[in-house]
Amino acid sequence: MVITPDDWSAIRVTLALASVVTVLLLLLGTPIAWWLAHSKSRWRGPISALITLPLVLPPTVLGFYLLIALGSSGPLGRLTQALGLGLLPFHFSGLVFASVLYSMPFVVQPIRNSFEAAGKRPLEVAACLHARPLDAFFRVALPLARPGLLIGAILGFAHTLGEFGVVLMIGGNIPGETRVLSMQIYNHVEALEYAQAHWLAGGLLIASFFVLLAIYLYGPKRRMF
Amino acid sequence: MARSAECFEMIRARFELAFAGFALQAAMEMPADGVTAIFGPSGCGKSTLLRCVAGLERAASGYLHVSAETWQDDSRGIFLPTHRRLLGFVFQEPSLFSHLNVRRNLEFGYDRAPSGQHKITWKRTIELLDVGALLHRMPDGLSGGEKQRVAIARAVLAGPKLLMMDEPLAALDAERKREILPFLGQLQKEMAIPVLYVSHNIEEVAQLADHLVLLRAGRVVASGPLAQMLARLDLPTAQDEDAGVVIDTRVASRDERHHLVRLEFAGGEVYVARESLVLGQAIRLRIQARDVSLALTEHHDSSILNRFPATVVEVANANNPANAIVRLDAGGTALLARVTQRSLEQLQMGIGSKVWAQVKAVALME
Repeated sequence: MVITPDDWSAIRVTLALASVVTVLLLLLGTPIAWWLAHSKSRWRGPISALITLPLVLPPTVLGFYLLIALGSSGPLGRLTQALGLGLLPFHFSGLVFASVLYSMPFVVQPIRNSFEAAGKRPLEVAACLHARPLDAFFRVALPLARPGLLIGAILGFAHTLGEFGVVLMIGGNIPGETRVLSMQIYNHVEALEYAQAHWLAGGLLIASFFVLLAIYLYGPKRRMF
Repeated sequence: MARSAECFEMIRARFELAFAGFALQAAMEMPADGVTAIFGPSGCGKSTLLRCVAGLERAASGYLHVSAETWQDDSRGIFLPTHRRLLGFVFQEPSLFSHLNVRRNLEFGYDRAPSGQHKITWKRTIELLDVGALLHRMPDGLSGGEKQRVAIARAVLAGPKLLMMDEPLAALDAERKREILPFLGQLQKEMAIPVLYVSHNIEEVAQLADHLVLLRAGRVVASGPLAQMLARLDLPTAQDEDAGVVIDTRVASRDERHHLVRLEFAGGEVYVARESLVLGQAIRLRIQARDVSLALTEHHDSSILNRFPATVVEVANANNPANAIVRLDAGGTALLARVTQRSLEQLQMGIGSKVWAQVKAVALME
């Protein structure tokens, strides 16, 4: 077997990161997507733009600002220290924080599309059938948005798997803590260990392909991307 | 005391609401039983008015009392959210929950209704709307008519004190309409709760409604009992191509030899060729103004079967300058006739003239 213990450690960190981030993104992204789909607030445009930024911004730019903000003299850094969490950069928790922001648009957009496609009518019907707003949300709006939730979860997970630039800026390359798969591949290539790079890169390539294939084969008719 | 109790049973509403290019300023009262139709052309605010009653649209100012309960009163800061109003709402599109099968769709409102609120049982509702065979199907696989029957059953099973329907048949073809209309009448009789029915189709209204609210450009033009309203010449309904009256009759006797049935009403009788009717059965007739012609004497030599002596009560211009619309009193029952201005002049007919109304066609509203 060519996969080293270091490689396995990177795979474990990556899978843990992607899983935690996906769960957090579903919890955070769903209410945000709901708000974006239904709010009439004038803040809707600016918030949409802000959430979509990571889609177009070089990851290094996002990582750079996060490094500063989360650093010991940055506003978020002071906050995390005051809360007794310490500093997030160069820790797994820092990667989680950065990845949540970085993968946010990939999760919010499909969920938002699903909410918008369903429209207000199902909620009006639910209200006419005596369902309280929260009841209507969980029993009607969420089940109807299931395709979007599924796609959002898959894209969020897959996108976090492939993260590199942000991790490089904010997480460094600490084995077992912040060294993710993409980082490990980079290390192998730097060390001219092409065979090992192939195992990891090829594995990631094939896994990503099958995830996307699953979406296109079994996902909803409406394409999000 | 009796007077105030009666008022309490009424539904009273007033709404003021402004959109870009449209304002709703509607005040209305309706009896707490029977079907009240909100009738008017597209874009007159019928649906908005209904949505205000449901609380789906928040009128800037208004009040709404439904049988001794206040659902909205902005002067006192009261606005009951939709989910706390005991109403049933049937939308124009069936709007079934696509992720639930028919049974779960029906249970959604049924399970959330306050206990003891159901005026009609689960079993009877399923039977009346004939949805028993559909219970395990998903909404996507149903026909338009089936979907709307399920939607109506779902609204009824939510245990409403007021059932609202927003053009529930508009999206269906004529055949599906005929399939559903009789259910609606029967349902209303058995539930004995008030129904608010929005429509722009006078035939549906003539068939179902007891009470009519006429809406034009966001305002209530007039409201009252259906038969009285349809006989009024000062209302836009009289200018309609399909203008006509409704008459409530009872099956009095059968003429087996000629395959006819005699229907009696206050001040007259009509013969119709419908042998399926049962003696004593109540039947509503609709007689359109275009099917009534006038003569000064009784034409015994005419093939027209239904002729009534009547008095001209009122004459007005019709939708077309060649025509006039005439309101007749036939022994206490109002009839409308559309005739040419030329005929009126030649026959010297005017208010008070004694005439014979000859009815060429009678529609039975079953």
